[in-house]
Amino acid sequence: MSYRQFFCRESYSRQWGRLCCQLLGALLLVGAGLPAALAEAFNYHLQPQQVAPGVYVLLGAREDFDSRNGGNIVNTGFIVGRDGVIVIDSGPSRRYGEQLRAAIRRVTPLPPVLVLNTHHHPDHFLGNQAFAELPIAALPATRQGIAAEGNAFAENLYRLSGDWLKGTEVLAPNRELAAGTLEVAGRKLDLLALAGHTDADLVVIDRASGVIFAGDLVFHQRAPTTPHAEIGGWLAALDALEALTRAPGFTRLVPGHGPVSADATPIAETRAWLRWLAGQLEADARAGLDMSEVLQRPLPPELARLPLAQREYRRSVEHWFPAIEARVLAEKP
Amino acid sequence: MTTGIYLPWRAVVWALACTLLLPLTSGTVIGTEHGAPAPAAAVASSGDPLASARWGEMQRQFIGNAPFVFDPRVKVSAPELAENPLQVPISVDAAALAGVEEVIVFADFNPIVEILRFYPEAVPASLGFRVKLQQSTPVRAAARTADGVWHVGGTWVNTAGGGCTTPSLGSGSPLWQAQLNQVAARQWSTGPNAGRLRLKIVHPMDTGLVAGIPAFFLEEITLRDAAGQRLLRVQPAEPVAENPVFTLGGLGNGPVEASGRDNNGNQFSTRIAP
Repeated sequence: MSYRQFFCRESYSRQWGRLCCQLLGALLLVGAGLPAALAEAFNYHLQPQQVAPGVYVLLGAREDFDSRNGGNIVNTGFIVGRDGVIVIDSGPSRRYGEQLRAAIRRVTPLPPVLVLNTHHHPDHFLGNQAFAELPIAALPATRQGIAAEGNAFAENLYRLSGDWLKGTEVLAPNRELAAGTLEVAGRKLDLLALAGHTDADLVVIDRASGVIFAGDLVFHQRAPTTPHAEIGGWLAALDALEALTRAPGFTRLVPGHGPVSADATPIAETRAWLRWLAGQLEADARAGLDMSEVLQRPLPPELARLPLAQREYRRSVEHWFPAIEARVLAEKP
Repeated sequence: MTTGIYLPWRAVVWALACTLLLPLTSGTVIGTEHGAPAPAAAVASSGDPLASARWGEMQRQFIGNAPFVFDPRVKVSAPELAENPLQVPISVDAAALAGVEEVIVFADFNPIVEILRFYPEAVPASLGFRVKLQQSTPVRAAARTADGVWHVGGTWVNTAGGGCTTPSLGSGSPLWQAQLNQVAARQWSTGPNAGRLRLKIVHPMDTGLVAGIPAFFLEEITLRDAAGQRLLRVQPAEPVAENPVFTLGGLGNGPVEASGRDNNGNQFSTRIAP
């Protein structure tokens, strides 16, 4: 049988026709459904919650970075001023930044006028691209940290969260901040240049509402992360923050991770974790424990109940123990 | 947080599967039948409780035709998920076996497989240290007893990787040259860890896998008691972490002499008093 004969036989051509129709239909279905499904797949479902008049917070999951949460484990926020919006941290990806901008539009017609990055960790600045035309400001050491380590952070986040990060590039802040009062969009902000979680941790206080944005100096109902932490500075920063929560006018404390609080509870929680960790690692080094024994230590029950307690404990041991151990071994007994 | 290496998901899946399988299959003498469930195809054919595709190669390289058993009395402790691939803490404990003469520690999927060997001549067969891992891998210890049988234990370690092809901190700084082979050590004679010695040696432990930085690592460390009797010999290989820290136990109350050299012939010798 020749090709011609084969293709001209009626029964075959009918079958082919039917098959083609079915294929076409299937393709159309996929074509219509896929973009919608993809859009849905990378939707962070950001829901701004008003914590004070004109002050909104978007709460992230109390989880580690993964391909389900797309890196949305962080709290961001914005303040609607008289003639513009101040954005505090831009989230873990370009998509997050774009969706944050869309979420702001749903709340107010006023345009964003300023973005603040509280510190140089990737979940707090990788959404900067969505605000590229605006002033994006941070403390000097935060700018340097983003310039130096930003790409490595972004790559790591890509590895952990996958295509949520698609199109994300590091956009370092284009303005430097100093401690003091900043007036923007008719709003007075008190800026504090603290340190301890990283080399530079910005705290933003909105004077009109009494809301404190504490960045990652404060974790609430979630174990703190410590890759760039310096414990002494961090504890001092917590003391300073606690004093601010006792000042007149204070209304809400927004931690970098975990729920918003009307009192200093999250500060006490963060302090308890750090103090226990530092004291325990020091005691373990002095008792002669090997790092793998330290890693196997059960956590005290009141700390073990915190989400990610085991994981962050393990990470903190790997960050801190070698230096503590080196110091103890170098001491003359 | 500073590595950006692709995570080998297949290895992760295997690791998870193997973690589940470990209690079912460890301690099985090679060649015997057992009823482990899927994904036990590899296990059934090789007997490897860690179901590693590289086990056959490891056996050929380190054990050869000698008799061996997978033995849960050889314990390898390591974090299931290692945060820092340049400093992964490992503890090997084969002290439950009598008459251990040699222990080889190796990682199936590391570009340099052998991590170290140690010979516990007058101390229990246990040693703590840290290693560089390039990717998720089984980390194993094979302990040879006086009867010539190798006892093999191990565990999977998941890591983002890159540990062996990242330059040492030392190689980027002139500081280590002034401190090369300096030893900081401490011996505990009281408390729950009496008889323990911890020893830190300043050394870059360069693997030779980073372009332009040749292999440069400690290859022999010997501990002796005050009378000169050898207690322990350790032969580190390139994957031992920079500025190695060793933990061992079972020492008496007397001072210990530690000596050693690297592959360039730099030597050290120091006396550690409890």
